[in-house]
Amino acid sequence: MREGCALVTGGSRGIGAATARTLADAGWPVGVNYHSGADAAEQVVADIEAAGGKAVALQGDVADPAAPDALLTALKERFGPVLVLVNNAGVSADGLTPQIDDEAWGKVIDTNLSGAFRLIRRAISPMMRARFGRVINIASVVGIRGNPGQANYAASKAGLIGLTRTVAAEVARRSVTVNAVAPGFVSTDLTADISDDVLEAVPARRAGTPEEVAACVRFLASEEAGYVTGSILTVDGGMTA
Amino acid sequence: MAQTVTREQIQEKVTEALVELGADREAIKPEAEFEALELDSLDLVELAQIVEEEWGVEITAKDMETMKTVGQALDVVEQRAS
Repeated sequence: MREGCALVTGGSRGIGAATARTLADAGWPVGVNYHSGADAAEQVVADIEAAGGKAVALQGDVADPAAPDALLTALKERFGPVLVLVNNAGVSADGLTPQIDDEAWGKVIDTNLSGAFRLIRRAISPMMRARFGRVINIASVVGIRGNPGQANYAASKAGLIGLTRTVAAEVARRSVTVNAVAPGFVSTDLTADISDDVLEAVPARRAGTPEEVAACVRFLASEEAGYVTGSILTVDGGMTA
Repeated sequence: MAQTVTREQIQEKVTEALVELGADREAIKPEAEFEALELDSLDLVELAQIVEEEWGVEITAKDMETMKTVGQALDVVEQRAS
């Protein structure tokens, strides 16, 4: 196993929590970042430790420009350099375009896109030095197809996809890969308010689970996925097929 | 961490880094251009990371614009480290 660790932003629940658990199971010490769910994050850490893994909960709002340095420095001291970065933290503030005010726009872009960018910017050079690194951005099918009522969220996720492809091309020859996973309708707190009618648009006729998304992240983070870079893996039950 | 870093120490570390990044050791001279050493912008970004790890010196994008030769890089690092 390599000397280093994984960081999962927004790791206290949903896809982030499932990802933290599976990366720990794959052998990575994991930094479980959370913004407000301290108890949930501690529970994820306790579960990982009970299963024989290593983890630490780290508070931090990824929308804060000072967060990347704080998170990566804390993890480096504890577990070594971050070699797997999962940009999962995301928020939504839905509304039709005329109803999205600057605050709702800024909050979603700052967290989902700028937060990911700043973490990548800070983490990528040590990965290059290590001649190994895995960045996995959690995008969304909404960033590929669009979705009425989510102009800000869709823009942030489409931005993540462009960011993924560009950074992937920049660092590929240092054996650092950068990919995105684009979930469709997955059962999490973020989708709790969405009506089940949405499932009619899903060929699989069911919502995905956080674990099904996390399994794809685990693969992209693995040694075996070394030649997969700049790709956008949809995990959507056929929604965009 | 207020110890002085000498030009020689910087030169030694930077030379080692450039060799690691693929430059021909014999060709590394103050007047040598990075392009002639077959080093590109990604290599310079990595050089900046090495320098930062070693001395806590931050080399900005603006600094990099002025760094065309090995000597210019040494100047920047020396200036920042002092």
